[in-house]
Amino acid sequence: MKEQQETANRPDNTAFTQQRLPAWQPMLSAGIVIPGFVIIGLAFIGIGIALFVTSQNIQVLERDYTGVENNSPCFKCSDPSTKNCVCKLDFSLDKLFEGPVFFYYGLSNYFQNYRKYGVSRDDRQLSGRLDNFQSPDEGCVPYQYDANNKPIVPCGSVANSLFNDTFKLYQIVNGARKLVPFDGKGIAWWTDHNVKYRNPSITPLKNAFNGTVKPTFWSKPAYELDPSDPANNGFVNQDFLVWMRRAALPDFRKLYRRITEGDYKNGLPAGNYSLEIAYNYPVLDFDGRKKVVFSNVSWMGGKNQFLGIAYLVIGSLCVVMSIVMLIVYAKFKFPDEE
Amino acid sequence: EEASLSAEPRYRHWKVKANDRAYHHLPEFQRKVFLCIKKSKYSGNAIKTYKYNVLTFLPLNLFEQFKRAANLYFLGLLILQVIPQISTLPWYTTLVPLVLVLSITAMKDLVDDLARHRMDKEINNRKCEVLLDGRFQESKWRHIQVGDVVRLKKNDFIPADILLLSSSNPNSLCYVETAELDGETNLKFKMGLRVTDERLQEESQLARFDALIECEEPNNRLDKFTGTMLWRRERYPLDLDNMLLRGCKIRNTDFCHGLVIFAGADTKIMRNGGKTRFKRTKIDELMNYMVYTIFVLLILVAAGLAIGHTFWYEEIGSKAWYLYDGKDEDASYRGFLSFWGYIIVLNTMVPISLYVSVEVIRLGQSKFINWDLQMYFPEKDTPAKARTTTLNEQLGQIEYIFSDKTGTLTQNIMAFKKCTISGQTYGVFTFRDSQHRPVDFSWNRYADRKFQFMDHSLVALIRSRKDKDALEFFKLLSLCHTVMVEQKEDDLVYQAASPDEGALVTAARNFGYVFLSRTQDTITIREMDQETTYEMLALLDFNSDRKRMSIILRAPDGRIRLYCKGADTVIYERLSPNSRHKQSTQDALDRFANETLRTLCLCYRDVSRDEYDAWARKHKDASVTMTDREAALDRVYEQIENNLMLLGATAIEDKLQDGVPETIAKLAKADIKIWVLTGDKKETAENIGFSCELLTDDMQIHYGEDINEKLTVRQANRRNEPLSSGRNRKKAPEPFFPQPGKNALIITGGWLVSFAQGPRRPRCGEMLQVGRRAGIDFVDMACECEAVICCRVTPKQKANVVSLVKKYKKAVTLSIGDGANDVNMIKTADIGVGISGQEGMQAVMSSDYAFAQFRYLQRLLLVHGRWSYIRMCKFLRYFFYKNFAFTLVHFWYSFFSGYSSQVAYEDWFITIYNVLYSSLPVLLVGLLDQDVNDKLSLKFPKLYLPGQQGLLFNYKNFFISLFHGIFTSLIIFFIPYGAFLQTMGQDGEAPSDYQSFAVVTASSLVITVNLQISLDTSYWTFVNCFAVLGSIAIYFGIMFDIHSAGIHVIFPSIFTFTGAASNALRQPYLWLTIILTVGISLLPVICIQFLHKTIWPSVGDKVQRHRKKYEMEEEEKKKPPAFQRGQRSRRSAYAFSHSRGYADLISSGRSIRRRPAARGEQKETETLHWNQ
Repeated sequence: MKEQQETANRPDNTAFTQQRLPAWQPMLSAGIVIPGFVIIGLAFIGIGIALFVTSQNIQVLERDYTGVENNSPCFKCSDPSTKNCVCKLDFSLDKLFEGPVFFYYGLSNYFQNYRKYGVSRDDRQLSGRLDNFQSPDEGCVPYQYDANNKPIVPCGSVANSLFNDTFKLYQIVNGARKLVPFDGKGIAWWTDHNVKYRNPSITPLKNAFNGTVKPTFWSKPAYELDPSDPANNGFVNQDFLVWMRRAALPDFRKLYRRITEGDYKNGLPAGNYSLEIAYNYPVLDFDGRKKVVFSNVSWMGGKNQFLGIAYLVIGSLCVVMSIVMLIVYAKFKFPDEE
Repeated sequence: EEASLSAEPRYRHWKVKANDRAYHHLPEFQRKVFLCIKKSKYSGNAIKTYKYNVLTFLPLNLFEQFKRAANLYFLGLLILQVIPQISTLPWYTTLVPLVLVLSITAMKDLVDDLARHRMDKEINNRKCEVLLDGRFQESKWRHIQVGDVVRLKKNDFIPADILLLSSSNPNSLCYVETAELDGETNLKFKMGLRVTDERLQEESQLARFDALIECEEPNNRLDKFTGTMLWRRERYPLDLDNMLLRGCKIRNTDFCHGLVIFAGADTKIMRNGGKTRFKRTKIDELMNYMVYTIFVLLILVAAGLAIGHTFWYEEIGSKAWYLYDGKDEDASYRGFLSFWGYIIVLNTMVPISLYVSVEVIRLGQSKFINWDLQMYFPEKDTPAKARTTTLNEQLGQIEYIFSDKTGTLTQNIMAFKKCTISGQTYGVFTFRDSQHRPVDFSWNRYADRKFQFMDHSLVALIRSRKDKDALEFFKLLSLCHTVMVEQKEDDLVYQAASPDEGALVTAARNFGYVFLSRTQDTITIREMDQETTYEMLALLDFNSDRKRMSIILRAPDGRIRLYCKGADTVIYERLSPNSRHKQSTQDALDRFANETLRTLCLCYRDVSRDEYDAWARKHKDASVTMTDREAALDRVYEQIENNLMLLGATAIEDKLQDGVPETIAKLAKADIKIWVLTGDKKETAENIGFSCELLTDDMQIHYGEDINEKLTVRQANRRNEPLSSGRNRKKAPEPFFPQPGKNALIITGGWLVSFAQGPRRPRCGEMLQVGRRAGIDFVDMACECEAVICCRVTPKQKANVVSLVKKYKKAVTLSIGDGANDVNMIKTADIGVGISGQEGMQAVMSSDYAFAQFRYLQRLLLVHGRWSYIRMCKFLRYFFYKNFAFTLVHFWYSFFSGYSSQVAYEDWFITIYNVLYSSLPVLLVGLLDQDVNDKLSLKFPKLYLPGQQGLLFNYKNFFISLFHGIFTSLIIFFIPYGAFLQTMGQDGEAPSDYQSFAVVTASSLVITVNLQISLDTSYWTFVNCFAVLGSIAIYFGIMFDIHSAGIHVIFPSIFTFTGAASNALRQPYLWLTIILTVGISLLPVICIQFLHKTIWPSVGDKVQRHRKKYEMEEEEKKKPPAFQRGQRSRRSAYAFSHSRGYADLISSGRSIRRRPAARGEQKETETLHWNQ
């Protein structure tokens, strides 16, 4: 007992309190760094080659249809005063465009990542909460209520600016136009379609929208986006979902349709094609561009040479630096010990 | 003299009336406190050191916290965030961390203040007897008021500054111990006025006491007091000798009465406390400046982006119909709003969690100091204690150490170690007594049991009584001194004016020559077993010029003999040519000096009756001389102190604390300069300087006088310099000591005054200038020396020396001391260290770190300080880096999002990033990292240098962190940008949506910063490993949770990233992007680090490289016993901590009680004046 009294203040003798925790004290020694750089360099070069080669094999067909130039087929439609304008974009493929082929629309100089634009939506409304149908979120201003003070559903800038050009693709076979079937199912994220966006559980859907108005820019209300298919109507309409997923950069593509059916299962055969565009979406005011893109994909996704080249460059630099380090190390290996 | 001048006009204002409490509340003594509330200017005796009470805690503490710029900044930010036009991030991103930070700090303050409350309460509730309603009543300290008469008992602490009226001792003498005030443990005596002594002994007399005291206003001078007492129409002068000061202790006095003059906050000790200064470290300051820099940077960046937004809106935004927001605001106004928006978005550049993280790290480091077993002193069961938790890393940057001597370097124990008698040295350690058995003194019933002596031959010699010289030697020691004795039960207690003397008399006592009692003119000793009383004819007092004291005695057989002890230098001059053993004694003295023992030579002389009579007449004449009496006396003393016969010499060890020389040597190797500041005399200080190896024989020692000359020359040179050349004053001044070799400086407090006071004298500008330059010169010169010793310095002067160095050298200083006299210096220095486990706790209470032994200082600085510094620097560098890397991605993203203050990550990621994803590994590095272990840190003191030079964290490092952060953010944004620009996912869905982009950048960032801290970690424990992997795992875990379906269903508008993580991270392409991003962020860093360490390795790198080898060596090393004999030196080791004046006291007989009847066969004298 007395012993304890005398050493009552004695600190504990543990590895932690005495800062003697077992530890590994690695050093950036030449034996690790130089071979490490070589290995990493080689690995990067390998990845780079794989990416680059893969990317080279991906076919992409991209056409601008904004109609800025006079000779552009959509020039006539670019005048905002023309309504329901349809233009045709012809192109030909000289070899098979391997399937599955994805068809995208693209916008340039379009700032979907603008902050205020991005927050101008009501996620509660979009998840089907009826309270928010009658009183949409403050953030939707100026697309919260219309001039008559009726709530707008879906509210906000993002929904309001829904891309509304539509496309039809025809293959010209012996002068006749053969419609290439588009598959519009599952082009949006599964989670968007099944979790994030929900229609109110009221049938018919139309009733849920009582007392509300459609967004000002829209030609038809949300419950008529695809009346034929309840799973593609209202807030869970695939095109709507694709649009609502904002792009990260002002130059973006969005998936429009897949070409996976019928004669085009294996891709678009060589030949002439005509794309019929219902030109509705105005972009010229803000100097935007619209385009369509056909592309197929590989394990790494679509065509992008940047990553492959970057890997190659970094990999080579690693190897070069390992040599430089080796030389420097050899020169300074035995510095004067003092 | 300045203080007295200014005090003079106010002199009359402090009036104290005895036994009249109402008097002190008269309107003329009121002073306005607040608006029209008036209060007596006389403080009550309660002291208050706490800051808050229950009501004021919250508002005051919050107010204090918001005085910190960082907290205010975040408060401002919070306000910005609730303005809807501006808010770009939800308010909770700032509020949550801010509340966390504030409450942690408030908690800490609360705990501190509670401790102060307890302390105050304890002191204020001490008991003391106060004369109230005609009789003494027990009262608490806090109820004591000015003008009260109090009674104090033996060993009581003195509750206030008190005028001594009377005491139980004759002549109202009262002994006090002033250890708390000045650190000196020897007793001092105070005396009551004669008039009060005679008339104020009884309670009833005291109750009728109604004197009016007029004196100086309260001040902090411990060495001065002037006043007058008006009583019964007569004025009596009062001075410091009549005053008992708060903080002292009554000793050897059964009781005493006093009148309270200053109470509570007015007392000298409280006035002397100096202001409690909020200490900050250099890094703190630097950190603040960096935060300001970041803030400026933030404003510039935000302004730039705001301008960008203005132009963008003009060009594009205003034309984009889809962005229409219904507001009619022009582009510049939008730009203005965007500015604030960006301030919010980029606020994470100024890291909110920085300060709280720094505090957590410091707290942890302080705990490690408290926990360190190697700084735990088992004998007193005292662990080291970090009393402040804010200064740890400063311990790694110390350049100057100011050390007290007594109790800090030394144990303040004097031990009689050796002696030389008739040329024969005793006390030398011989291998024959290898069992180390001390001499058994049990044959002597008077022996002091604590006394130890190793040489058995000396006792044998004395007990055989064969050697006359040996007997005479100890007889001298028992007779020639000014010690006073007290009979306590069966024991003799010696009260010595100096510990040296105590040691000598105690030695004599153990060897059989027991000093039993003295009267004003007799000394009774017991010579072996026979009591003898000597008649004391004259006591030739000690002073620092004479360096000796003598006593002239008449033995019972009528022979007259003079005994003298003193410094070898003065004694040898006065030895008789017949004196023997001169050379052998001198040799012994040299050996003692080499062993840094304090020596005194002992000698005697027989005086004939006639010679004595003739001398006594001269002495009487001299003692009544009106002019220059002391010099006259000295001359008379000189006449009889000659023709001395040498007996031998004593060697006293002023015991150093363990490991002091080693510690000093080690610290010196770490380029830390050590100054010893002591109240002791020059000789003592010099002696200690040698014994702790601060001074060595190859050093040239300079004293105050020759320095003066150099300084005067320097000043004259400067004055002669034409003014025009003032421009190139930058040129390095030539050194003061051009000759090669080491130099040391020994100066006294009196000499210092001129310099120390220089800067404080604001009377005229010129004086200030001169003082300033003199100060600079002095500091420059002192810094050229290897060692500096300042002796005879007062507490204030100690502090002044410290502040001089701090001011002119801009150096980080540390003061270490144990007594109340070191409090000022401890508070003034950047870091104050108190030696704990001693009696007085004042030094510890005002210190920042406290431990029991001086030698722990090396561990505190070289291990804990160094580690703390390295850890803190690493932590800060990384912390700035990770926030730049994190925040600046928003900046790059702005160029592609219309400068719309769109963030590049999810809001939740921004909220949690600093809390969970990146904080733990760096906190652990701040707590646990060690580049080399403690043994190597101590082995290579040079490792300490980077800290002193501030190499690891400065503006250069800050900008490196900044550019590193910019680089990483650039990679983290642009690699994904390149990869995302035009692509689509494996399944054809476009992955280039904002949320996938945010996931990719965030993942790259988290992995990069966590791997970066892994690169910076040099000490990988399992905790670090766990933290790094854990942070990354937590990131993915939380991200998947936040992006899960379930949480979105519950909070659809709060968690909007549903499915983003699973969708994005399913794509191998995005993983490849992340890998590349991380690779490019880290590989160049590794490469540069490797090259840098190879081409320009630092000391630390070299030690680290051979760490294994050194550690093995350290394991194997068995230190051979250090057995060194320096070469002979011819310096005198004389040192004696004595001051003059005690002889007067003894011969005046004032302190001597009536002799006990048993021994009082001679004349019983009551006369208090001793006439020759």
